[in-house]
Amino acid sequence: MSDKFLQNVLYIDLAKRLFWVENRRDLFEKYIGGVGVATQLLLEECPKNIDPFDPENPIIFAVGPLTCVYPLASKTVAMFKSPHTGNLGESHAGGRSAIAIRSAGYGAIVIKGASETPIYLSIHENKVYFRDASILWGVRSTFTVGRIIREVEPGAGVRTIMRIGRAGENLVTYASVITETYRHFGRLGLGAVFGSKKLKAILVSGKHSISIADKKLYRELYDEIYDAAVKSPLMRKYHDLGTPANILPLNELGALPTKNLKQSKFEYAENISGESLAERYLGRRIACSNCPVACIHLAALREPYVDEPYFYKTTWVSYDYEPLFAVGSMLGGSDVTGLLKLLDEIDTEGLDAMSTGVALAWATEAMEKGIITKNETLGLELKWGDYETYREAVKKIVNQPNEFYKALAKGAEYASSIYGGKEFALTFGGNEMPGYHTGPAAYVGFLTGARHSHLDSAGYSYDQKAFKAQETLTPQKIVDHLVKEESWRQILASLVVCFFARNIYKPEIVVKTLKTMGYELTIEELNKLGKEILKAKYEFKFREGFDPNKLRIPKRILETPTPHGKLTEEQIKRAVNLYFERLKED
Amino acid sequence: MAKRLAVVDTERCVGCQMCMLACARRYGAGGLGKSAIHVKSAGGVERGFVVIVCRACPDPPCAKVCPTQAIIPRKNGGVIVKLNKCIGCRLCAEVCMIGAVLWDEETNKPRICIYCGYCANYCPHGVLKFQEIGEDS
Ligand code: SF4
Ligand code: SF4
Ligand code: SF4
Repeated sequence: MSDKFLQNVLYIDLAKRLFWVENRRDLFEKYIGGVGVATQLLLEECPKNIDPFDPENPIIFAVGPLTCVYPLASKTVAMFKSPHTGNLGESHAGGRSAIAIRSAGYGAIVIKGASETPIYLSIHENKVYFRDASILWGVRSTFTVGRIIREVEPGAGVRTIMRIGRAGENLVTYASVITETYRHFGRLGLGAVFGSKKLKAILVSGKHSISIADKKLYRELYDEIYDAAVKSPLMRKYHDLGTPANILPLNELGALPTKNLKQSKFEYAENISGESLAERYLGRRIACSNCPVACIHLAALREPYVDEPYFYKTTWVSYDYEPLFAVGSMLGGSDVTGLLKLLDEIDTEGLDAMSTGVALAWATEAMEKGIITKNETLGLELKWGDYETYREAVKKIVNQPNEFYKALAKGAEYASSIYGGKEFALTFGGNEMPGYHTGPAAYVGFLTGARHSHLDSAGYSYDQKAFKAQETLTPQKIVDHLVKEESWRQILASLVVCFFARNIYKPEIVVKTLKTMGYELTIEELNKLGKEILKAKYEFKFREGFDPNKLRIPKRILETPTPHGKLTEEQIKRAVNLYFERLKED
Repeated sequence: MAKRLAVVDTERCVGCQMCMLACARRYGAGGLGKSAIHVKSAGGVERGFVVIVCRACPDPPCAKVCPTQAIIPRKNGGVIVKLNKCIGCRLCAEVCMIGAVLWDEETNKPRICIYCGYCANYCPHGVLKFQEIGEDS
């Protein structure tokens, strides 16, 4: 390892208001960084079988040797015990978070204990301040919280400001942490873990430089990767339309979950397409620090005030494929203004848009079927596409005025276990589904992925490739692919590079980039390490009571045909079992 | 004529900071700490970004206040910094009202753009241009 700062782990105890730094060269040498190191720290720091809201639940942030150094190495990995699934919590976000943590002089940050009163952490290189956040607690909007901290703290341009909203304060199990206003540690409820610790925000800033082992090779390699990034068609696509470029192709394919997956084609897909949003709403594109692509698309929503003529406000709403699916097609909405306002509300409160959308879709269908009534919803008539009502429902999820909303604040899995309608509660391993009804590989991936996310092993992408090649997917093939992909992604997430750059960071390139940072690893060694990290994640999952036999397959996914035809429970189960057998092998 | 780095259109800036990383890379360093160009949000990223770099003043105040003559005006505008003479008093940083004297905290010396144009090659979005002084501003 060439850089002396990466091995520094900053430990913070919120209860004792103490901090210290430990040299963890052992971890960074063996596991590189990012998810590799964070998994070990989680195994070390998280006591067995604790409640995720126990003060002892650690929050771990980790970056890697490529952070700050190579293009698209822009992400931070967060790990914790998830209050949403009660098991492994892992979420990645960009913005300036990764660059700030590394420039502050750390490879990882571990936050333990809980504060008695609301605080925010202000980390400026080797100084950590425990600042009072009583004023910020309960503030209606995460945007305001960001604005206030921005004004009172130094470090503009070289800092990250992570914060939670009222959803996190109120322990909604799918509350997010927002960074640089439009990026999220969205999934699995990191925001609620913050809330349980009375931790409103974390600011990190710094200006440490990073030393490189081979400077000449560094500049050459940098140029190679940079050129590949700015010239690649995939990157172009993400820059032009952003991830919503996928709406129309997936709809065309019949893979866009619509109205709680009663359909897989959406009659109003055109409205929520990347093309249409770019044309009608796109107001600005921004980038994570160290990323030339700039895939973050902000809609400028201009709305008149009703009480005064010619009086307008402009709201900036970030939109991506997943939120557009979750609160768009999944909720059957054709009114894009309403959709954007709902997304804005979700960000204002600090919720995960994907889980919120899918949970609301379950509730809407449950109401349609009479499983729940206005008694439960406190008078709200949830109807497909009725965004005004959905906005009210989101506020109620955050405020939790009755038992029903308390249940819904724990997600669709929990709510359906109380009220029924499990067959159409679209959760996998307890986590609400992403927007891909592409075929068997996607679902096997949601079930077996260590964090039950489409990003674990990208089965959705394998489904689509196989569909194009008119290939039949056997459980064998699916599992071969998913294990390989998920293992390799552990390496990418240890460097840490953005998964959008996975086609650039091929094994040969990764080996070279690591060399410039003083790591001598071969492709074989990397592949082995990837699998080892994946196994370590599963070691945590099994330790915390994960049981593959208890994985629930919602009936709905078997009813609505995919591009690969109707799926069978047997086919998926066989693949799932095979996955866990394969995981045990070396 | 001398060249300088011009910020031609900040509205196109996406805040990627590739320029900052490029400037630091000239020294073979990763990170932002050695950069002579600085990009920050204009009060929240939704409002866009501010790109700060030495504009190569014709009569540079930073040179005038330097007590050790470590900063020397360059012919036709801008400055040349002799770091070995610099005592790290930060007077130059105080007087440059656009904030283009950036500070290298690790060496306690200023970082002022040397008008090499390297970063302009890495701005993917057409914000920066390496051009003759006076071409336009
Ligand atoms: S550093 Fe500031 S004062 Fe000095 S020449 Fe550049 S812009 Fe002018
Ligand atoms: S022109 Fe050269 S010295 Fe000036 S900011 Fe760009 S890279 Fe740095
Ligand atoms: S490289 Fe260009 S777009 Fe990126 S921050 Fe610098 S000036 Fe802005």
